[in-house]
Amino acid sequence: MTAAQVVRSEWTKIRSVASTVWTLSLAVVVTIALGMLISALSANGFDGMDPRQRLSFDPTLTSFAGMSLGQLAMIVFGVLVVSNEYSTGMIRTSLAAVPQRGVFLAGKLGVATALALVVSTATAFAAFFLGQAMLGAHGASLGDDGVLRAVIGGGLYMTLIAVFSMGVATMLRSPMLSLGILMPFFFLVSGILGNVDATRRIGRFLPDQAGSRIMRVVVPLDDDTPYGPWGGLGIMVLWVVAALAGGYLLLKKRDA
Amino acid sequence: MIEAVGLTKRYGDKTAVYNLSFQVRPGAVTGFLGPNGSGKSTTMRMILGLDNPTAGHVTIGGYPYRMLPNAARQVGALLDAKAVHGGRSARNHLLSLAQLSGIPARRVDEVLGVVGLHEVARRRSKGFSLGMGQRLGIAAALLGDPQVLLFDEPVNGLDPEGILWVRNLMKSLAAEGRTVFVSSHLMSEMALTADHLIVIGRGQLLSDMSVKDFISANSADFARVRTPDTEPRQREKLSAALTGAGARVLPEQDGALRVTGLPLPRVSDIAHEAGVRLWELSPHQASLEEAYMRMTQGVVDYRSTTDQREGFHEPLPPGTQPPVPVPGQGQPGWYAPPPPGQGGPHPAAAPGVPQAPAGPYGAPGASGAVPGAPVAPAANPYARPVPRPGREAAADAPPAVAATAAPAATPAVPAGPAGSDVTKPEDAR
Repeated sequence: MTAAQVVRSEWTKIRSVASTVWTLSLAVVVTIALGMLISALSANGFDGMDPRQRLSFDPTLTSFAGMSLGQLAMIVFGVLVVSNEYSTGMIRTSLAAVPQRGVFLAGKLGVATALALVVSTATAFAAFFLGQAMLGAHGASLGDDGVLRAVIGGGLYMTLIAVFSMGVATMLRSPMLSLGILMPFFFLVSGILGNVDATRRIGRFLPDQAGSRIMRVVVPLDDDTPYGPWGGLGIMVLWVVAALAGGYLLLKKRDA
Repeated sequence: MIEAVGLTKRYGDKTAVYNLSFQVRPGAVTGFLGPNGSGKSTTMRMILGLDNPTAGHVTIGGYPYRMLPNAARQVGALLDAKAVHGGRSARNHLLSLAQLSGIPARRVDEVLGVVGLHEVARRRSKGFSLGMGQRLGIAAALLGDPQVLLFDEPVNGLDPEGILWVRNLMKSLAAEGRTVFVSSHLMSEMALTADHLIVIGRGQLLSDMSVKDFISANSADFARVRTPDTEPRQREKLSAALTGAGARVLPEQDGALRVTGLPLPRVSDIAHEAGVRLWELSPHQASLEEAYMRMTQGVVDYRSTTDQREGFHEPLPPGTQPPVPVPGQGQPGWYAPPPPGQGGPHPAAAPGVPQAPAGPYGAPGASGAVPGAPVAPAANPYARPVPRPGREAAADAPPAVAATAAPAATPAVPAGPAGSDVTKPEDAR
């Protein structure tokens, strides 16, 4: 069956290039290490916080602090998985072998998504446990209300970031262009839009801000976000679906 | 069989391929010739369903490529030898393609052996030379043991041994009854490999005929005649006498005459009767390369000009000879016209052509006289090359083209498929 063939082939492709190992291990290491560092700093600084800050202190979210940097490595992974095919010209050979472009794209993104999901979920759990260990007495446990959801959600969030990047790279084809748009967007633009009062209402509907809501267990006192944790993830999924649909339509119509 | 009907591809307002119709038949190597940018690769991509034609259609075995059941097992293609992820080993590259087409992994090691890459199979393809890349691309095309094979410039970057190997591979694939479609911009290579030729220029069909027909239609013998340089009137006299006898006479750049339509002894007799002394009377054969260039000269997109090096030159001291331009530098702007009575039996040329080396003009060594070379420039008023700007200066080149290309192409003609199994393509139909 064609779909199974595409999946096998894409697995061979993804495991036989060094960039896969590099980007994914960087995502794991950065997310966990930075999360541990910030957790340790928070544990030290906890006594100095005012009561209001202590009330809204979210140990789960604190242990995921490394994701803001780790997601950049996931973006690179997602972009390279797709755009490697274009920058090498391999796409022509691939599409000549599988003229059904929808099947090809689904197989390719399916394999990469599955790999990203496994790595992201493992990272989320590792970051949580190691982060809580650093927080010590101030930490949360997995059994607490909403914590398991936040940890699983953290894995889903990182996966969706990678899939969104794959969709964008399918549309743009060029790795430089894709990274040049995605990296500053997630690292700078989204943060700026979310922190400026005038644009916050729009900024919180951006994929990363909406999606990261799921990692929050303790809701801030003055929170007026119009969506809940799963609602936020749903908004992010809509972004991802839009990117994938755009990529699929372009791939189907465009000359390879 | 590949069949294109009215194939047209436009990119914006640039037409890459226009109204191209042809058939590629099984059991023969079909050469696809054209200058750079003439639309060969675009056509190949349209055959493979990668690019959508603006108009017209192309089918393989009656199906458009995207409708072809199990396409990867029926059609193999080498489009671009560099289209490989450099960090992936040759074996993994082929393995991923094999898995994509449902081909067992055992076949990967087989084709690696066929193309001679088994020893570097586990090395990253980043370190591969262009020739090794071509072999890897050919291996990918052979993976599915397909009945239809497309190769885009397969001999680029190969060493002579590799070129010979590709040539024999193409022929043996065709001999097994497969459809083999090979693009190239090298006429000399196609003359040796192909049974049938499709020539395009600026995306339009220029010629679609068997190599044998192409040779008899385009390659004519001629004689180079030189009268004493010191007596220009003798040249005119001989020219008139030869024209009167039915020959076609054209002046060559260095002052010699190019005579077509009369056998060599007859030229000598006429000169003798006219009382003209000859300094040179030599047999030549216009090569296929030259015929091809003549055919495509109007449709070359990227034409080089002579390097003027303006501002880089010291003015020449008075009394110094200007440097003699190297023949062949700058693109030739002029080629011999087609032989008289094109395609038909020619009194002088016809017997000589297919058995070229035995023919009266055909001795391949004869063209080693290097007609375009600076022959005593000081004494020869016609031969002194005056450096001229741009394309005019390029006219010095054609004799050199004839001289260099002829020895390569001429001896091969009888040995090639056109000479030995002339009827084969027709039988295969």
